[in-house]
Amino acid sequence: MNLQRRKLLGGTVGIATVGLLGGAANALAAPEDVAAAIKAIAGDAEIGSGMITLTAPEIAENGNSVPISVSVDSPMTDDDYVASVSIYAEGNPLPEVVTFNFSPASGVASASTRMRLAQTQNVVAVAKMSNGSVFSDTRNVKVTIGGCGG
Amino acid sequence: MSAKPRVKVPKTAAAGDIITIKTLVKHTMESGQRKDKEGNVIPRKIINKFACEFNGNPVFSADIDPAVASNPYFEFKARVSESGTFKFSWTDDDGTVIDTEKKIEVS
Repeated sequence: MNLQRRKLLGGTVGIATVGLLGGAANALAAPEDVAAAIKAIAGDAEIGSGMITLTAPEIAENGNSVPISVSVDSPMTDDDYVASVSIYAEGNPLPEVVTFNFSPASGVASASTRMRLAQTQNVVAVAKMSNGSVFSDTRNVKVTIGGCGG
Repeated sequence: MSAKPRVKVPKTAAAGDIITIKTLVKHTMESGQRKDKEGNVIPRKIINKFACEFNGNPVFSADIDPAVASNPYFEFKARVSESGTFKFSWTDDDGTVIDTEKKIEVS
């Protein structure tokens, strides 16, 4: 009787472990995917830091709606402006989040939105200037409840 | 789905001012990652493009992926030098476009 119970318990734990591992292997994006995407934007340009500020909460209780904002230091004139800012999430099923396209008529290169985060991870923002230079900023966001369904 | 967008643009501004625009549209933003009770993947259906124009000139746009939260919200800036109309449009995966306009008086 007792032996059977042990067996049963062991079996259950075994199944639970397989379930967890299966979940973790569920095709999440990797930092390499994000790096590749950034490389595609930057081309041969060197990726600088500074200029761009990504603001995100340190701890997001609900991964379904995480407020983020970016701002880039730029005069936003006709010949010197921020062309685009792309946001990537390293631990989501798909790394792309959103790309903001600015114009000189924006006045200031800043934008906010709300995004989904599947788990605790780094969020990366990449700004491309009109002259081709590229800047990036990274924030780590701790997620209490993941927000990508399942 | 009758989505009525909500847009906040100041009614008046001085020439050269930088104004803040806030937009929100109701949309489930189905990511294509979720499964229903039978385990079938719920097909992706999101707003994939948001654009803002002022008097016909592009000001701001966003290329959107499923990682943007439901009821997509965007806040951004615009420099205004003349009175005119802001046009906003949201494009769904199925091709439908939700749009709205806001006028601003610039003095």
